[in-house]
Amino acid sequence: MAETARKEETVVAQYGERKIVIIPRYCKGCDICVKVCPAAVLDMKDFKACVVDIEACTECMLCEMSCPDFAIEVHQSGKKGKAK
Amino acid sequence: MSEKMVFYQGNEACAEGALYAGCNFFAGYPITPSTEVAEFLARRLPKQGGAFIQMEDEIAAMAAVIGASLTGAKSITATSGPGMSLKLENLGFACITEVPCVIVNVMRGGPSTGLPTGPSQSDVMQARWGTHGDHPAIALAPDSVQEIFTETVRAFNLAERLRTPVILLTDEIIGHMREKFTIPGEGEIEIWDRPRPTVPPEEYKPYDTSEGIIPPMADFGSGYRFHVTGLNHDETGFPTNIPSLVEPEERRLMAKVTENLDIIEKYEYMEKKGSKVGIVSFGSSARSTRSAIAMAGESGTSVDFLRLVTLWPFPSHVVNEMADKLDLIIVPEMNLGQMIEEVERSAGGKTEVIGVNRVDGEPITPDQILEKIREVS
Amino acid sequence: MAFDYDQYMRPGKLPHIWCPGCAHGIVMKSIIRAIDREQLDKDNTVIVSGIGCASRMPGYVDFNTLHTTHGRALGFATGVKMAKPSMDVIVVSGDGDALAIGGNHFIHSCRRNINITLIVFNNNIYGMTGGQFSPTTPHGRLASTTPYGNPDYAFDVVDLAMGAGASYVARGTAYHTVPLTRLIADGIAHRGFSVIDALCTCPTTYGRRNKLGSATDMLLWFKGNTVGKKIVDKKPEKAEGKIITGVFRQDEKPEYCDEYAKIIEKVSD
Repeated sequence: MAETARKEETVVAQYGERKIVIIPRYCKGCDICVKVCPAAVLDMKDFKACVVDIEACTECMLCEMSCPDFAIEVHQSGKKGKAK
Repeated sequence: MSEKMVFYQGNEACAEGALYAGCNFFAGYPITPSTEVAEFLARRLPKQGGAFIQMEDEIAAMAAVIGASLTGAKSITATSGPGMSLKLENLGFACITEVPCVIVNVMRGGPSTGLPTGPSQSDVMQARWGTHGDHPAIALAPDSVQEIFTETVRAFNLAERLRTPVILLTDEIIGHMREKFTIPGEGEIEIWDRPRPTVPPEEYKPYDTSEGIIPPMADFGSGYRFHVTGLNHDETGFPTNIPSLVEPEERRLMAKVTENLDIIEKYEYMEKKGSKVGIVSFGSSARSTRSAIAMAGESGTSVDFLRLVTLWPFPSHVVNEMADKLDLIIVPEMNLGQMIEEVERSAGGKTEVIGVNRVDGEPITPDQILEKIREVS
Repeated sequence: MAFDYDQYMRPGKLPHIWCPGCAHGIVMKSIIRAIDREQLDKDNTVIVSGIGCASRMPGYVDFNTLHTTHGRALGFATGVKMAKPSMDVIVVSGDGDALAIGGNHFIHSCRRNINITLIVFNNNIYGMTGGQFSPTTPHGRLASTTPYGNPDYAFDVVDLAMGAGASYVARGTAYHTVPLTRLIADGIAHRGFSVIDALCTCPTTYGRRNKLGSATDMLLWFKGNTVGKKIVDKKPEKAEGKIITGVFRQDEKPEYCDEYAKIIEKVSD
């Protein structure tokens, strides 16, 4: 995981046990994660991905799997959406 | 296993030498006049748990030889001119990745398809500079069936010790002729293995030169994981284009040969008092040279003879000495003049150098050489 | 819990060299997840590649890795596998590397049925060198060497592998990452030559020249323009105008190293 193994700067959004971690240095602003997300959780800001609505996240993992650059990680809480 | 006298074809002696050296992998492709090397090893390798594979083409064969060597196997391939041309790109890969392997080129008439069943010595320069880029070359040229055996063993030893490909240049004459020779007993010839790492895997660097210019080489699958690439790379094996890292790497590849001439160079220098003429030759042309010199001696003309066993690196210093003493150096070769350029360069203009050349698929005869000796004496 | 890619990655190599939006990173991650599913031993795994964008993949991952000459990865991989048949050998190659210059090695590896898994990163172009057409560039497409439209027609990687005798043949896409992981993992598990045609994208050269939209547009295109083989098997009309994905062949066939081992056993001194 980025914080421990790679020691990269991260931007972490948290909601209960759910964590979405973005590593800005890896993100190339391709917009794939934003577009594949079924819940409008993400957006681009200054060519970097950012979390705008973590409560909506269904933890489907599509953003993490579809990011070509290892720039986003979803640490699942086991609950979907606004379930804290 | 004690020593044994056998009656073999040169190609078979080559294969036997490979096995003696510890060869356990052959990949190749059929091409006259080298195919017997493949056929011999196809029969023998599986009997001792080794692997033989005839690949779909010469390029794949060279690739397989390198892949096998990276797992720790001692690997060999055999071909002739057209196949050597195909193998050259991957030969360069073996140079820059420093993977030990032996490539046998049983030379035939060229260029292109040329004379498939006719001998030549016309791949000399190809052995030195065939593949692109700056790279060292080691090429050995035996002149008898016995010597094919021992030089194949030496080829493996040099490849392992120096982490570099070694070319064995024979030709259709000595490759196909049969002579009796002795297979030495086990242990009679020392066998060298590649230097292996002494540090644990976490500390291993595949091109680490902290202990010397020949980096220790781990085997794939032995617990050491590393990256091998044909791109210029640093000591960690990963690609780099940083000038201060690339240049030393390139120079070190050359230095592996230039700083180890003592184990690489091999020649027979037969000097006679009062000679004014000398001959430099190798391989099957050296056999004719020997006869010609003997005949000249019978009629009172003494001729010095430098028989090259290691062709590359070329022993310039010996020819330089010869040039001080002699009025003329004759270079018989079954080509239109390749080794002669090295002789001329090494003679430094101090003496005349002329060739005896033949490219009709027939060996240079002792009489041809004797005639040239007589012409000038 | 996020998938821990780090255990399979060489530290300090990211960000990788591929362009923003290039799908190669997605395929690489699928391969890593497939290797994890099969619990391959890192020391016992070799990843071999040729030359091109796809062929840069092995440098990033923590296995025995071998980056060779253009088109020749399968030759090197065959040498590794024959010399140490117990190792798991995976080859990654682009469409040009595998099918143009590497074509001969592709068909013979299929025929030989040696236990190697080949993943073709098929983005229909030579990306690394600036966008020249490849053997999978469709007819009419623009490339730097087909500036007036490609007069040539494309290989179907699956048809080629099937015809040449590969015993496991599958196609997936970088959009459908979950099935792609499974296809690759099943290919690794399969004892024989496995070919996975992994459709991916080159937004920088192929996409821009042919006005295929953004990197995301190109990735999402797979969603609407592919159909699963299991559906097509039941309703052939669904294949109309679509690329078929899924498993095309999964046969048990004698594997090359196994056959050679029998020879060794038979003739051993």
